[in-house]
Amino acid sequence: MNDVIGLAPWLVGFPLIGAAILLLGGKATDRWGHWLGVLASAASAVVGFILMSRMIGQVPEERAIDHHLWTWLSAGGLDVDLGLRLDPLSMTFVMLVTFVGTLIHVYSVAYMDHDPHRRRFFGYLNLFVAAMLTLVLADSYLLLFVGWEGVGLASYLLIGFWDTGRPSARENAVAAKKAFVMNRIGDMGLIAAMALMFSAVGSVSFADVLPAAAGDGAEGISPAIATAIGLCLLLAACGKSAQFPLQAWLGDAMAGPTPVSALIHAATMVTAGVYLMVRSGPILEAAPTAQLVVVIVGAVTLLFGAVVGTAKDDIKKALAASTMSQIGYMMLAAGLGPAGYAFAIFHLLTHGFFKAGLFLGAGSVMHAMGDQTDMRRFGGLSRFLPITWITMGLGWLAILGIPPFSGFWSKDGIIEAAFMPVEGQPWRAWVFGSVAVLGAAITAFYMTRLFFMTFGGRRPRWTENQHPHEGSPLMWWPLVFLGVGSAALGAVLGIGGTFTTWLEPVVGHAEHHEPVLPVPVIITTTLVVVVLGALIAFRMYAVQLVPEEAPRGSVLTRAARRDLYQDAANETLVMKPAFGVARLVQVGDRDVVDRGWSVLPQAVSWFGAVFRRAQSGYVRSYAAGMAGGVLVIAVVAWLVVGLGGAQ
Amino acid sequence: MDITNYVVLAAVLFAIGATTVLLRRNAIVVFMGVELMLNATNLAFVTFARMHGDVTGQVLAFFVMVVAAAEVVVGLAIIVTIFRTRRSASVDDVNLLKG
Repeated sequence: MNDVIGLAPWLVGFPLIGAAILLLGGKATDRWGHWLGVLASAASAVVGFILMSRMIGQVPEERAIDHHLWTWLSAGGLDVDLGLRLDPLSMTFVMLVTFVGTLIHVYSVAYMDHDPHRRRFFGYLNLFVAAMLTLVLADSYLLLFVGWEGVGLASYLLIGFWDTGRPSARENAVAAKKAFVMNRIGDMGLIAAMALMFSAVGSVSFADVLPAAAGDGAEGISPAIATAIGLCLLLAACGKSAQFPLQAWLGDAMAGPTPVSALIHAATMVTAGVYLMVRSGPILEAAPTAQLVVVIVGAVTLLFGAVVGTAKDDIKKALAASTMSQIGYMMLAAGLGPAGYAFAIFHLLTHGFFKAGLFLGAGSVMHAMGDQTDMRRFGGLSRFLPITWITMGLGWLAILGIPPFSGFWSKDGIIEAAFMPVEGQPWRAWVFGSVAVLGAAITAFYMTRLFFMTFGGRRPRWTENQHPHEGSPLMWWPLVFLGVGSAALGAVLGIGGTFTTWLEPVVGHAEHHEPVLPVPVIITTTLVVVVLGALIAFRMYAVQLVPEEAPRGSVLTRAARRDLYQDAANETLVMKPAFGVARLVQVGDRDVVDRGWSVLPQAVSWFGAVFRRAQSGYVRSYAAGMAGGVLVIAVVAWLVVGLGGAQ
Repeated sequence: MDITNYVVLAAVLFAIGATTVLLRRNAIVVFMGVELMLNATNLAFVTFARMHGDVTGQVLAFFVMVVAAAEVVVGLAIIVTIFRTRRSASVDDVNLLKG
């Protein structure tokens, strides 16, 4: 493998160079810029394939390689080397990011065909891919942070891509800012975690921190510090992966062009938090409290996203809520320890495929329907968009977890892992297991609802002058690839535990515990509730007629439609108090500090105003002043000396 | 003759000079008042030198004469310049530096 390791920097290099050329090249690159973007991403994918194939050829123990590039920082006790870590975990991400990323690039060529700023769009896409690859290939938390911020920047640029010349321009810009600001809250967590690592271990590289956390090194990390680091990392992951309580930006991020949503949700953005959790596994294992918090956050988000997804009429927002929920599954698994890591990543991989397929399918539907996103104005599209219909159908079956589609293999693994007993806390297996099953049922409901509201129904509810048709082959070929992936990837990697074995050198071997329920019972129960959820949705949205105007709905529906009042909660709990504090500080500064200090210059000014009258400009009055002064001094001197002399 | 008379004469001359400076508006006359005060001072210096039998006062009188000569040159030049620009020799017309 050492002969091809020199290629590794090109994984990041190709898209980065592509972004640089497209963004610095200006209008000169307008004509062929989008193809350069596709090429850069594809080149990176090819390098990934080469490295991957060589890595598979190695014995498992030798698959992890730290490829040192150069010394980055050397400041006092802190030496940070810049290097890439290639191991099964990072290579899995590389494959997902480059492959799905390239498909999305190809799709965007057609989707953004009429956009005057297509070249800039591809520059940002390449930047996004390069940043994500930096993130997953980094061999230290500091380099990971560079990628982390790069991803944040690229997402900001892309969510707000349509910030001029559209009716929704203002909202798009606000959505971009919202995503950026909420991500920054998470970034604070990562910075704090790095500071803690540095103070506890004296290093931020994986090679030093993770063994120290596992207690292998000479000086380990105390459980209290490990808990603090774990919680800080969780905060970071919550920001990037849109987990509760930092989930509010994800829905608004749909303001970006649809390929961006696909990229954010499938490959390059929200998966970063899960990666961080799994990569930091040893730290979490040293901190059971932090682990429990991770699981709780995952479980809460899982239900939160699922409930929101049931009420959304906007096809992209429903999918966004679904992503939030699915990432919740991954977080839950990541908090379960070695038993869950492999399934977290496995679900991330399968989710990357079917969610990218679903989003690109949604883009295809919007393309056909003149940018309409309201599912109540779709219906009966299966006849007009057969390819989109079939590929989205595959994605739909995959996310439901119907065997043998890919979601089954990964999601079922997570549900089983959630049912594993935890020593001393018997309630955990039951609570989190039930939440996972319940989430699967709700997922089945809202995805079926989405699918049949869009494609099902005999009576279309279109607005006038709609002539839906498939897009160009550039748009539907990526859909086909992703559809095949959604169908087959799970079985290919899941049967016989291929993927679990593949990740074992990184995440460690999971001791096998029997779940609190027999495995067949869990699988059957899950399938039954999934089919039940799907059938209810089918009855409500395919058999019965869907009203064109959303009915008022129950209290819960109205709450879910408004994202369970997440924005209102954020505004009341965070924004308004912060505004209050800001106003207090402002008033304090102006009325207390400023006014207090202005007494001094005012006094000087008043003094001056009084005494400037002495400066009359008349020489004779000055002379009189001097003469008078001399006289006074003379009299005083005479009195003092005279009286003194008298004694 | 009592040497004190010289001191009194010096004081009287100084008072006349000071009064002239304070009361007259014409710059030339004010200038003459200043000269008078300087010469009164010289008289006092010389008298005190005589009284104490010390030449320091006489030396200082020379210094005052030198300074007075220089002062006359500069002062007259200023007065002439002011007169050319403002067509007036009144010190009360020159009040541009009013605060």
